[in-house]
Amino acid sequence: MSDSLLATVFVAILGGALRVSTPFMFVALGECLTEKSGRVNLGLEGTLVMGAMSAYAVSYHSGSPWLGVLAAGCAGAALGSIHGFVCKLPRVNDIAFGIAMMLLGTGLAFFFGKAYIQPTAPRLDSISLGAWTGNAKLTSALQIHPLLLIGIVVAIIMYWAFANTRWGLLVRMSGDSAASARAMGVSVDLVRFLATAAGGFLAGVGGAFLSLYYPGSWNQGLSSGQGLMAVALVIFARWNPLRCVAAAFLFGATGAIGPALQSVGVTQGYYFFNAAPYILTLLIMVGSAGSKNASRDAPGELSITK
Amino acid sequence: MQEAAQAIVPAPVAKEGAEEFWLRLRKDSEFIAIPLIALCGAAFLFSLFLLAIGKNPITFFELVYRGGFGTAFSLQNTLQRSAPLILTALAVAIPARIGMVMIGGEGALVIGGFVSAAVAIPMLERVPPMLALIIMAIMGMLAGAVWVGFAGFLRYSRGVNETISTLLMTYIGIAIMNFFVEGALRDLTNPNKPSTKPIGDAYMVGKIPGTDVHWGLAAGIIIAIALHILMTRTTFGFAARITGGNPRAALAQGLPVGKLILACTAIAGACAGLAGFYEVAAIQGRANASLAAGYGFTGILVAFLARHNPIAVIFVAILFGGLVASGGLIQRRMDLPDATVLVLQGLIFLVLLTSETLYGRFAIFKGKSAGDRT
Repeated sequence: MSDSLLATVFVAILGGALRVSTPFMFVALGECLTEKSGRVNLGLEGTLVMGAMSAYAVSYHSGSPWLGVLAAGCAGAALGSIHGFVCKLPRVNDIAFGIAMMLLGTGLAFFFGKAYIQPTAPRLDSISLGAWTGNAKLTSALQIHPLLLIGIVVAIIMYWAFANTRWGLLVRMSGDSAASARAMGVSVDLVRFLATAAGGFLAGVGGAFLSLYYPGSWNQGLSSGQGLMAVALVIFARWNPLRCVAAAFLFGATGAIGPALQSVGVTQGYYFFNAAPYILTLLIMVGSAGSKNASRDAPGELSITK
Repeated sequence: MQEAAQAIVPAPVAKEGAEEFWLRLRKDSEFIAIPLIALCGAAFLFSLFLLAIGKNPITFFELVYRGGFGTAFSLQNTLQRSAPLILTALAVAIPARIGMVMIGGEGALVIGGFVSAAVAIPMLERVPPMLALIIMAIMGMLAGAVWVGFAGFLRYSRGVNETISTLLMTYIGIAIMNFFVEGALRDLTNPNKPSTKPIGDAYMVGKIPGTDVHWGLAAGIIIAIALHILMTRTTFGFAARITGGNPRAALAQGLPVGKLILACTAIAGACAGLAGFYEVAAIQGRANASLAAGYGFTGILVAFLARHNPIAVIFVAILFGGLVASGGLIQRRMDLPDATVLVLQGLIFLVLLTSETLYGRFAIFKGKSAGDRT
């Protein structure tokens, strides 16, 4: 009895991790790209919510959820462009500006999203990976979404591109030593602007996953700090896209503990498990912030680790 | 001949003093003028936003004035709301002086309010109200101080980024309150909204005589003035500002940077915790989810707009108190969603931070000796 209960919880956590991790992954990859170029965008929480709203609205009006995903990316890129454009001005603090973008992104999303709380928009379909197991619970846990696979592919491409392409080198150089990038005739501001806009695009797509797949509806409590946690997660992943994916799975699993226990009737400490991802993030930050590895891998121009 | 005339007339000395004064005034006015320009810029952008969605911006600003400042009733409502804003803004402004961007006011407010409500429950009908309120206030401030001070400790000892950690702790704080309010401390006689037991009218903080505004406003103003004196007129404030300006220089001077950071963050947390106490003991009467009403987030904006000056915080908080207070009226009259105020706040914040780039660019604020400006 307790064995099967444990198995149920485990399967539920696995399924939850596969579902919950995707938005973390996209936001973390976006922030990873931005931070590699030497700038911090704390506003990705707002971008995530804005992306979720735009995706839902466009999917509702057009009937095509993939168009919604694209719209979410564009909304995110727009917010990222504002951040990228303003933060290149002298004396503008990118951390404080990120807080402002968080407020504005959430505000705009709630403002325009009010009309979309009731209607149901077409959602994204998933692909089943678990049919071979012959186990109903495992099958439903292994329902994964193409965006998850896209996220992993993006991570691999980013990892490869940082190491092997001219673009990757430009981004890394702007992040590690703006002075040497300028000496080579690279426009650091332009590189950072593009990296912030592209990072916003990825975060917006993460938002589309929230509203169009899991939990799969639009409301004001859709994201509670996922965007922010993803930003913290990049430090833990030490600015490595592949580690970002692994960290996103870890976070997804932590976030899934509460609902998984609830599904087998354990309601005690529900709020504790709700808070678990935040506490885990904090612990991870404590563990990784002061470590030598983190400071070695950090982009040299980053204001967040100084 | 000319030399002799100059020797006789000592006037130039006095004139120079006056010139110096005007120059200083000119330079200082930059810190008022640029935020004002930013406010106007944000109002302009917001008007465009309203026009784009087919609403009349003039009606909007008229309603803000009427709902926030127009009548005695609305003015008192505004002041009522500016009390927590002063305190949560101080919770951002004081750490900012030491160079930290701490935005955990909302969490410290919730924790402070919850703790003061929780300690009140066993004291009801046993301890005289005055004493109970003092204990509640102290416990609320203590809880807030520990809460934000912890983030300060993490920053100094482990280098954990304080902006992210304080915001994460806000989510944790709200979860802790929900855990108790929906569990061990839930008032089972109230089926509507999970809350702690009400503290009862006898134990509520009173109003300032002749007004409908609770004492939290007076407390906020007094604390703001006291903190201004602390930061500008004492060795502690001087050391804190040096640390904010250049932490390495402060360390090299042998200043106790760690203790300064702990003290500043604890003061910040105590302010936000006190705001939570007043929300519980003067407005809500109990701790529940209404504590997380966004005062902590608006306080961030207030502090930045006031350029982290505690005296300026008072006035900016009253301005934003009016904006928050008029939210309901705007929602009803103009059929706008409640997030409108959030959009406006976000825009103001955005334009304000962008305006930082304007400092030192206008000759009008510089005077003749522009070169020696620090």
